[in-house]
Amino acid sequence: MFSFERKRKDTMVLNMGPSHNATHGTLRIVLELDGEIIVNASLEIGYLHRGIEKMAEHRTYNGFIPLTDRMNYVSPIMNNVSYALAVEKLLGIEVPKRAQYIRVIMNEITRIADHLVAIGTNVVDMGALTNYFYFFKERERIYDLIEKSVGARLTTTFTRIGGIARDVQPDFAHDVKVLLTEIPKSIRDVDKLLTKNRIFMDRTMGVGAITQERALEYGFTGPALRATGLPWDLRKKQPYSSYEDFQFDVPTGENGDTYDRYLVRMEEMRQSLRIIEQAIDRLPDGPVSVDDPHITLPPKEEVYNTMEGLIHHFMLIMYGIKAKPGYVYFGTEVANGELGFYIVSDGEQYPYRLKVRPPCFALFQAFPEMVRGRLISDAIAILGSLNIVAGELDR
Amino acid sequence: MVDHVTVLIYALMCVVVFAVLLTTVAFLTLAERRISAFMQDRLGPNRVGPWGLLQPVADGIKFIMKEDIVPREANRLLYIVAPLMTIVPALLTFAVVPFGHDLFLPGRVINFQIANFNVGILYIFAIAAMGIFGIIIGGWASNNKYSLLGGLRSASQFISYEIAMSLAVIGVLMVYGSLRLNNIAQYQGSLWFGFLPKWGILVQPLGFIIFIVSVYAETNRVPFDLPEAEAELVGGYHTEYSSMKFAFFFMGEYANMITASALLATLYFGGWQVPYLHNIGFIFPGMGMLAMPQWLVAIIEVLSFAVKVGFFLFLFLWVRWTLPRFRFDQLTDLGWKVLIPLALLNVVITAVLIVLRVL
Repeated sequence: MFSFERKRKDTMVLNMGPSHNATHGTLRIVLELDGEIIVNASLEIGYLHRGIEKMAEHRTYNGFIPLTDRMNYVSPIMNNVSYALAVEKLLGIEVPKRAQYIRVIMNEITRIADHLVAIGTNVVDMGALTNYFYFFKERERIYDLIEKSVGARLTTTFTRIGGIARDVQPDFAHDVKVLLTEIPKSIRDVDKLLTKNRIFMDRTMGVGAITQERALEYGFTGPALRATGLPWDLRKKQPYSSYEDFQFDVPTGENGDTYDRYLVRMEEMRQSLRIIEQAIDRLPDGPVSVDDPHITLPPKEEVYNTMEGLIHHFMLIMYGIKAKPGYVYFGTEVANGELGFYIVSDGEQYPYRLKVRPPCFALFQAFPEMVRGRLISDAIAILGSLNIVAGELDR
Repeated sequence: MVDHVTVLIYALMCVVVFAVLLTTVAFLTLAERRISAFMQDRLGPNRVGPWGLLQPVADGIKFIMKEDIVPREANRLLYIVAPLMTIVPALLTFAVVPFGHDLFLPGRVINFQIANFNVGILYIFAIAAMGIFGIIIGGWASNNKYSLLGGLRSASQFISYEIAMSLAVIGVLMVYGSLRLNNIAQYQGSLWFGFLPKWGILVQPLGFIIFIVSVYAETNRVPFDLPEAEAELVGGYHTEYSSMKFAFFFMGEYANMITASALLATLYFGGWQVPYLHNIGFIFPGMGMLAMPQWLVAIIEVLSFAVKVGFFLFLFLWVRWTLPRFRFDQLTDLGWKVLIPLALLNVVITAVLIVLRVL
C-alpha cells in the first residue's frame, strides 16, 4: 500500500508520474519539494504489473518464453537467454556450442541496444536530443539484424529450452560485421559530444553518487554497481554460455555517480563489440539444439515421415517438458545487472513457482536516498542513469 | 515637421517589417525542424509543399483548429492575457532595429528603421523585460505545479542574466557613445588603424561573449531552456496551454530569437554595415573606390543585415541541437558568479582603453 507523508509543513508535493516524460514507462515518484530542492521522495510501483510470475505457473517451460520478452522490453533477447539457461540448469542439460555462441552474439548485440537506449534517453532528459538520434540510428540497425535472424524486432522469443528456435541466416556473419563497423562510429560521435562536455560533466558528476557499501546493501548489480568500482560481472564471475571463451574487460567507475554510470555503459558497449567480434570469428558449425526428444521438437520431416517423430512431437506439444522435482536459481548478467530466475519444479509440465529477480528493483529502491537534498533536474538525470524499465520492475 | 508622405512611408515600413518578422517566425519553426533533422541524420518535415515549405501553414491551421482548453481551476483572465504578454513585446522590440543606411530621397531623409529612437537600447531592454511577465503569469495562472516551477525558474533566470546583458552592453555604449541603434551601426563602419572596420566583436570581444550567453538565457533557448525543460517540467510554463495560446508562446520565443539575433548583429557585427561600403559605394583604404547607386547600396545593406541575422539564428539552432541543458543552480551560478563579474571587468577594461585613446 502506498502512503506518503510530508516531512515538513512548508513544502510542496509534486507528483511525477505515473505518466511523465522522464519516467519512460509507468512509474510514480512523489517528490516533496522545498523550492526546487527535493526534501523527500517516495516511490510507487506496480503500474505495469501483469502477473507474469503467476502466469508462469500455468504455462509449459517453452510457453513462458514469450512472456520473458515483455519483461525488459528494451533487451528482450537477454531475458530469453537468461530464462532458457535457468530451465536448462534445472533439466541438467547443456546446449550445443553453436547455440551457445549465437546466444552470446545476440546477447551482446542486445546489451549494446539496451545501453544505447539507456544513455540516449538519459541524455535526452538532460536536453541533449541529438545524441539520442545518433544512438537510435544504430539501435535501428541492431533491430534490423534481430528481425532478420529471429523474425521479430521486439518480441523476439529467441530461445527454446535446449537451444534456439532456428539457426541464423546464412549471411549472419556478414550482417554482424556490418554492425561491428557502424556502431563504433556512433559511439565515437556521442563520446565527442558528451564525455568532455562541461555542461554534461557538471550535470552528472557527483549526481546520484552512491558508495560501494551502500550499493551492495541495496543489492545493486550491473553498471550501477560497477560504477562504484567493484568489477562484479557474472559473465566473469560465473561464466555461462561459453563466456569463458572470450577476452573482455569489466569496466568500472570510481564514484558511483551518474557520470561514472555513463562511462561504464559506454565502455561496456565497446567490450561487447569485442566479444561479438571474437564470437563471430569462431562461430562453430553444428546443431543449434540439444538432441533430446523430450526437450526439443523433432524436425518437420521426421514428424511427417516417421512414427517416432510424430509421437515425440505430440508428446512434447501436449505435455511439454517435464523437469525432475527440485528448484534452481540461475542469474545472468543482463544490461542492467543480474537477472535471475528461481524455478521450483514439482515434476509436472508447469513450474510450481517461478520468481524473477529483476535488476531494476534493487536499483529503484535506492532512488529516494539518491535524490534527497538534490534538485528536480538531478532526479531526472539519476532516474535515467539507473535505467529503470517498468516492465521488468513490475513484471 | 511631419509630412504625410513620410508618415505613409513609415506606416508602410511598419507593415512590411511586421509581415517579414512573422513570416520569419513561421519559417524559423520549419528551419528549426529541418536543421535539427539534418544534424540528426533524419529528414524532418518534407511533405507539405515543396521541401516542406508549407509546413508552417499547416501548423498554423492545426493550431487554430485545436481545442482551446482552459483548466477549471486556472485564473481565467491571467491565463488568457499571459500569451499576449509574451508575443506583443517580442514583436514590439523589433521597432528600433535598423536594417539599412539612411536613405536620402529628394526633400526628405528616410531611416531604414521603424523608429529611430534616441534611447533605442533602453527601449529594447524595457520591452523585452515585459515579455518575461507573460511567462511568469502564464505559469502561475495555469494552476499547475510544473507550470509554476517553470515560471519561477524563468523569473530567476531572467533576473540573473538581465544584469550581465545590460552590463555587457554598457561597454558598447561607452565605445560608440550612443543609445541609438542606428548610430551604433553607423559608427561600426568607421575604420580602426585605417583598415579594420570597428565592429563590436573586435572592440568588445569579451562583451560579445557575455552578451551572447546572456541572450541565449534571455530567450530561454538551450542550454538555458530550463523554464520549459520538457523532461523535467513536462512543458514548463506552457504545460497547460493549447491551441493558439500555445502558439503565441511559441511564436514569442521565436520572435525573441530573431530580435536577439538582430541585436547581436547590430551591436557586435556592424548591423547593416558591409566593410568599406559607404552610401556612395565601396571605398577601399588606399585602393580607390567603386561607385554605386544609392538603391544598390541599400539593397546590399539590407541583405547584409539579413545574412548576419540568419547566421545568428542558425547559431541558435546549432547550439540547441548540440548541448545539454544546465541545472537550475548552475545556471544562476554562471550568471551571478561568472558573467556579472566578467561584465564589470569588461566595463573597466573598456574605460581604461578609452582613457588611453586606444578605442
